[in-house]
Amino acid sequence: MAKTKVVEIEPLTRVEGHGKVSIHLDDHNNVKEARLHIVEFRGFERFIKGRPFWEVPVIVQRLCGICPVSHQLASAKAMDLIVGAKKLTPTAEKVRRLMNYGQIMQSHVLHFFHLCSPDILFGFDADPKIRNIFGVIRKMPDLAVQGVMMRKYGQEIIKATSGKKIHGTGAVPGGVNKNVSIEERDSFLKDIDRMKTWALSALNLAKNYTLDHIDTVETFAAFNSSHLSLVREDGALDLYHGKLRAIDAGGNLIFDQVDYQNYSDYIMEEVRSWSYNKFPFIKSRGHIDGWYRVGPLSRMNTAGFIDTPEAQTAMEEFKGLTRGKPNHMSLAYHWARMIEVLHCVEKIEELLNDPDLQGNDLLVKGDRAEEGIGVIEAPRGTLFHHYRVNEDGQVTYCNLIVSSTNNNEAMNRAVTKVAHDHISGRPKITEGMLNHVEVAIRAYDPCLSCATHALGQMPLVVEMYDPGGSLLERRGKCV
Amino acid sequence: MNKTVIFKIDGVEVRGKTGQTIMDAADEAHIYIPRLCDVEGLEPQGSCRVCIVKVNGRPAAACTQPAADGIEVENGTLEILNCRRDIIRMLFHEGNHLCPICEASGRCELQAMGYRLGILQPAKYPYLQPVRPIDASHPDILLDTNRCIRCGRCIRASKYIDGKNVFGYVGRGIHKRVGVNGKDFAHTDVHPDDKAIALETCPVGCIIRKGLGFFTPVGQREYDRAPIGSDIENPELRREK
Repeated sequence: MAKTKVVEIEPLTRVEGHGKVSIHLDDHNNVKEARLHIVEFRGFERFIKGRPFWEVPVIVQRLCGICPVSHQLASAKAMDLIVGAKKLTPTAEKVRRLMNYGQIMQSHVLHFFHLCSPDILFGFDADPKIRNIFGVIRKMPDLAVQGVMMRKYGQEIIKATSGKKIHGTGAVPGGVNKNVSIEERDSFLKDIDRMKTWALSALNLAKNYTLDHIDTVETFAAFNSSHLSLVREDGALDLYHGKLRAIDAGGNLIFDQVDYQNYSDYIMEEVRSWSYNKFPFIKSRGHIDGWYRVGPLSRMNTAGFIDTPEAQTAMEEFKGLTRGKPNHMSLAYHWARMIEVLHCVEKIEELLNDPDLQGNDLLVKGDRAEEGIGVIEAPRGTLFHHYRVNEDGQVTYCNLIVSSTNNNEAMNRAVTKVAHDHISGRPKITEGMLNHVEVAIRAYDPCLSCATHALGQMPLVVEMYDPGGSLLERRGKCV
Repeated sequence: MNKTVIFKIDGVEVRGKTGQTIMDAADEAHIYIPRLCDVEGLEPQGSCRVCIVKVNGRPAAACTQPAADGIEVENGTLEILNCRRDIIRMLFHEGNHLCPICEASGRCELQAMGYRLGILQPAKYPYLQPVRPIDASHPDILLDTNRCIRCGRCIRASKYIDGKNVFGYVGRGIHKRVGVNGKDFAHTDVHPDDKAIALETCPVGCIIRKGLGFFTPVGQREYDRAPIGSDIENPELRREK
């Protein structure tokens, strides 16, 4: 019987939350199987049962410290339907949109500058002592400052619309609890041109990296897949609201303009014993072939255009790389992400100049309903919140399909491909090889547990076991 | 006719009247003595012990202890502060006081007292984590006794102001908590306009009005503006309130 060795990468570094990768090798170090495991169980779907529905947006946003706004808004959209608010007031919708653009901007910037940039600036194999955010600060202090200041700008937008930078209370069932004052608006407008300049600069960095390393980008963790996102009725990118569109690897529509209240007619989830994360798939294509990707790359693939001029220009250039066909390169997520940052800045400027933000008509109510589904485009992709509420106002059912869950199969495929391409058959496994695996996962910016981000050193431990489970080798590394 | 009584709180001379409690006299002198079970408009019952002071060296509840000529009251000493901190910590550990997701956050007197007394982290006590069912049977009001601190303010307000007796204690010892006099909330004569369920009556998030949570933005909630007790120390704030 052939022997199998298992290499584990645990915990993964420079990603949100905690996970591990196991790579199964035979005697000749050929990769037999590679898996991304989600090792935490959160239980939100269970423990909000019985809680009053108006608490839900505030509770479920605690899933995450990076993208709490996405969970707050998705659940608030579901609760809008519970309180019978089928259409929000212009002020409420625009305040929520502003909150969402601020959120996506700060989250994308955090990922690009703090988590991803060490890999693309120093190289995947660079010494881990410099391949980290402190290395970026030392080598390119101006760039690091831009990252910090852009993130701050997005977070201040969240604070102005939700009361706090993290875990605010702005979106309530039926609307919002505050508008944006003239003073707040002016404080953001004052810096908007600088944000646009920096967004363009970051976009160019991501684009140039892609084009300058096109041989790597075209093959590294690249594989065909379907893509899914919300799009506006006219097919435009819309990060707050829209209808579901899915395309296959060739760009053909699988479905389009699907009301997300009917999402369960189109999407199912598969459970696998080795991960706490489920595996969603498109029903009509079955659980083997129905998996899909979400997030910035998928949004660039599914959306027909962007309704802000500079981001539209950038999108045309992005689509030009694959001559209008879907882009399947995992590393192209970074370029797509920076196009979205530019789009967010343009939308923020547009909204700040809209007097509806200062309106006082904040809430709508109508006939109570028992079921509500809210879907939004979170930084990492399409986010589904589904609730049922009894007549006393208590939650009786909850199903959440978070963005990183949608990308579960894709991340596993990325891990497998990179393991085959960069580890298989090598006589010795180096830290740089293992970082290649992490680079592939990082491209998806996964929020593995959708958990509050840990601060400080997160040691990576690699352990190799013989077939009997005895530890062969254990090696640690620093981020 | 009330006679003036003169006494000292932490060495500061205070003038009160006969029949006043130490707390009443301190309030009039703009000296704040922390309290939870005592609230304006209800008879004091001295149960929470947060208003503990030392009167001539002996512990007493300031909300029930009469003011008297010549007494020396200790209110702001480290010993008293630590007693109050322990009481507040035990209340936090007895119930499910999850401030980040509680709609009373920002107007909760228990939370505000924690901040006022400088309690910024969990204490040595175990969390009891009660699992009591929520009573959501009433169309307008919800009762979550996992957050109850047994101050009795709702019981007294219902009995003495509303004249209804909606609330009462059930259970004994560590299991004692507030319940309703009926099969559930829906089977009582409680009304949303009752004083017993007014926001200022329940100091925590135990009795809440349905569907109104989180409507006050962060930054505009009562204790976002000023710490608990500021209205007593500052007459301007009291007039605004």
